[in-house]
Amino acid sequence: MSEKRKYEMVVGLETHVELSTKTKIFCSCTTAFGGAPNTHCCPVCTGMPGTLPLLNKKVVEYAVRAGLATHGKINHLCRMDRKNYVYPDLPKAYQISQSDQPISVGGYVELDSGKHIRLHHIHIEEDAGKLVHENGSTYIDYNRGGVPLIEIVSEPDISSPEEAKEYMTKLQILMRYIGVSDCKMQEGSMRCDVNVSLRPWGQKEYGTRAEIKNMNSMNFVVKALNYEYERQADLLDSGEKVTQDTLRYDEETSTTALMRRKEDAQDYRYFPEPDILSFRISDAFIGKVQGGMPELPMAKKKRYLASGISEQIVEDLYKYRRVTDFLDETVRLGGNMQKAATLITGTVYALLATEEDKENFDIPVTPGDFAQLVKYVDDNKVDFTVARKTLQKMVKEGGRLSDYIRASDLEDLPDDVLREYCARAIAERPQAVADFKNGRDSAVTSFYGPVKKQLQGRNINIKQIDAVLRDLLSKM
Amino acid sequence: MKERISRLSALLRAGEISSVELTKKYIAEIERSNPVLNAYVHATFETALAQAEGADKRLKEGHAPLLCGIPMTLKDNISTKGLETTCCSKILENYRPFYDATVWKKLQAEGAVLLGKTNMDEFAMGSTCETSCYGAALNPRDTSRVPGGSSGGGAAAVCAGLAAYAVGSDTGGSIRQPAAFCGIVGLKPTYGAVSRYGLIAYGSSLDQIGPLTASVKDAAIVFDAISGYDARDNTSENVPMPAVTPALGRDVKGLRIGVAEEYFEGIGAEIRAPIERALAFFEANGAKIVRFSLPELKLALPVYYIIACAEASSNLGRYDGIRFGYQAKKYTTVDDMIITVRSEAFGKEVKRRIMLGSYVLSSGYYDAYYKKARSLRERIVGAFSAAFEKCDVMLAPTAPNTAFPLHYSGSNMIETYLSDVCTVPVNIAGVPSVSIPCGTDKAGMPVGMQFIGRKFGEADILNAAYFFEQNGDSGVPEPEGGGQL
Repeated sequence: MSEKRKYEMVVGLETHVELSTKTKIFCSCTTAFGGAPNTHCCPVCTGMPGTLPLLNKKVVEYAVRAGLATHGKINHLCRMDRKNYVYPDLPKAYQISQSDQPISVGGYVELDSGKHIRLHHIHIEEDAGKLVHENGSTYIDYNRGGVPLIEIVSEPDISSPEEAKEYMTKLQILMRYIGVSDCKMQEGSMRCDVNVSLRPWGQKEYGTRAEIKNMNSMNFVVKALNYEYERQADLLDSGEKVTQDTLRYDEETSTTALMRRKEDAQDYRYFPEPDILSFRISDAFIGKVQGGMPELPMAKKKRYLASGISEQIVEDLYKYRRVTDFLDETVRLGGNMQKAATLITGTVYALLATEEDKENFDIPVTPGDFAQLVKYVDDNKVDFTVARKTLQKMVKEGGRLSDYIRASDLEDLPDDVLREYCARAIAERPQAVADFKNGRDSAVTSFYGPVKKQLQGRNINIKQIDAVLRDLLSKM
Repeated sequence: MKERISRLSALLRAGEISSVELTKKYIAEIERSNPVLNAYVHATFETALAQAEGADKRLKEGHAPLLCGIPMTLKDNISTKGLETTCCSKILENYRPFYDATVWKKLQAEGAVLLGKTNMDEFAMGSTCETSCYGAALNPRDTSRVPGGSSGGGAAAVCAGLAAYAVGSDTGGSIRQPAAFCGIVGLKPTYGAVSRYGLIAYGSSLDQIGPLTASVKDAAIVFDAISGYDARDNTSENVPMPAVTPALGRDVKGLRIGVAEEYFEGIGAEIRAPIERALAFFEANGAKIVRFSLPELKLALPVYYIIACAEASSNLGRYDGIRFGYQAKKYTTVDDMIITVRSEAFGKEVKRRIMLGSYVLSSGYYDAYYKKARSLRERIVGAFSAAFEKCDVMLAPTAPNTAFPLHYSGSNMIETYLSDVCTVPVNIAGVPSVSIPCGTDKAGMPVGMQFIGRKFGEADILNAAYFFEQNGDSGVPEPEGGGQL
């Protein structure tokens, strides 16, 4: 933040997260992304006259999961409402959403600083279709229409672009963890509207806010907020007023532009959806959802830090649910947590090119084999470098650990064999022998490599090798 | 020979007539009378004959359902796959749905033969059938009068013998009032008893599909065929619904008939007298008349217009000329296209109700109108529940008047709205009601009375209506067509 920041920034986010249920919110069409235009739709999701919506129970379950994961209070009596507005991608001219009785109320998302960004509520609703502009014509693709969304509405607790980004990252990690969404911003399965206002530091009342619609990248959110700060600060500095406008972000220029003024604001004429009766969410249902909830990312992060893993490694680990599951299982099977964590972030990650690869963590190594490998390292039976190489091969080529490290490799080496290896190494390097004899003690180390080479990965304590070498040299 | 379905069904089973022959007779009758009556707006004779052939096969095989092979009609707001379904609105011109309404699916499974779609007020908004984009249907009992609405075409068709029975919809009286005007039977079932899937919505929380028939028993048979839980309609109730037809024929000894005085306020003698006669008849047959006040009835009309119009304003938002129906010839932008389509293709009454509905939902007015109406609705629901602790069924006039002359309501809008006063309360309360003829006015036009029941009390009201029909005397001549067909 530059010195110019004489105002406090107040930001609230409305984040839309597409749920990864198999079917749409009010019909049984697939929610799969892509597909030829208008092939994932039916009379219900294209709003044909006379059709009626049926609420997908999985959508409610996923939203309850999201509510519980953000420490919200689940409403026992929920209702769907109609939000009326006219746009060609919205075939019924109303969106079925929730207004007064959403799935979850309150709750928070915790940032690394320990700060809580409070949530106002989480509600469920349907997505709209998509307009495709081509050759001067506009086409409508209803495939996305009726895909379930949750809208996570934060309180205006965010006070910087960086915090906004962290909040979004945390939400993304959380939603992926609990398996309700893949939160791919580039595919639009996570997007947000940003409300931003400024006020002089210390002032209690909020300033007038502007809303930036439909942001589909965290970096754009940061840029848009930085731009808005400047724009609003300039207005306030010159004694003008910020108006309650709706803006759109221009990616090319990194600026915001007016979409509509407050006086043109839509009146959505919300009213209870008469086609869907109010529904109850029982304590038993909430209990069941809670029971199926994994350990949440922030809790996991704290646990890893407490176990002594370095901050950087924890940061690389905790965001990926599958990675942490793999790590935890490794530890449960007796693998050392720190060594395992280091091998994952150091060796396995090198082979996983993208975020998505890490997210999927689809490797042909079982936690059992991995735990065994870590134990070999821990027991000094396998050299760490060898372990890394073995792991690399296993990730690339698959197979069991036993295909790479034979039981015989792990047996203690008979003394005479080691002596033989050492004698061979000495015999091959007369110059080093001469150096040693001439008093250059460190010359002994030049035999280590040739001995190790003969060991073929077997992990023999270097002190033991050193002792045998010195013994042989002294007898020469 | 009011009972058409059981009689025609017996003829079909006995092989005295085939469904194809019967269908052809109805078609001939339609071709003869419809140019005047305008009851049908879309004829489906070709598919009807194919359905009749199929029905004949089933009849020969035996075990065919009661409705198998019997020609009937659907209101033009019930979706029929591949067959025009236009709500008698220009905005849905040439619209052919991709799917069948649940009710029509059920009737097809029974072997029903669909002669065509019948006339109605545009989007079911009106009580005269005159807001139809195809022009009004006429009342077969007096062609200078309206058949009532909105299911006017269905009522006219049944009355004139152009269908054995009709299926309509009732949002604020749209089955019962035309039934009363045409001197036939009309049943508005309990909200949630008949699936609304495929019924093109007007006021979703009030709409209910039901039969218009020549007799009470016919209404019971059709109701049994179309009622029942439908997983596609969240507002359909998953409760056991035993068949009501077998429950007909009980006596009325000890039956408590409630009379709420508010239903009779401002009702003229010509309507009141036959109903009082009916009450005396019931009393003479052992029923107990319980008179009480139900002041909440006075709230029903404004509550109805607010809720129905609010829901309609939203339900009708989808008619934008993009995917189906009327298209704009010339436009500049998308907004311009949508505005042009809606301006050109919606009728005056529909526009009026969309504006009313948008107004009562708009910010600043929501609390004063819509929200208040919803809370009053709960009061009305409660008042009906309380009333049914005092009685088993209620008896009330169906309409404060008999059939209007043609072109009357256009210049008497408010009076026409007010004439819904007797029918709308049951839609608000979600309870069932059946209208049957009970007398005539000076001009000989039929007067209707309605039996109102508890939720899922169809058997009670139909039995009371059946008792009157069988043993009382309405003085209303039988609808035509019953005898000869």
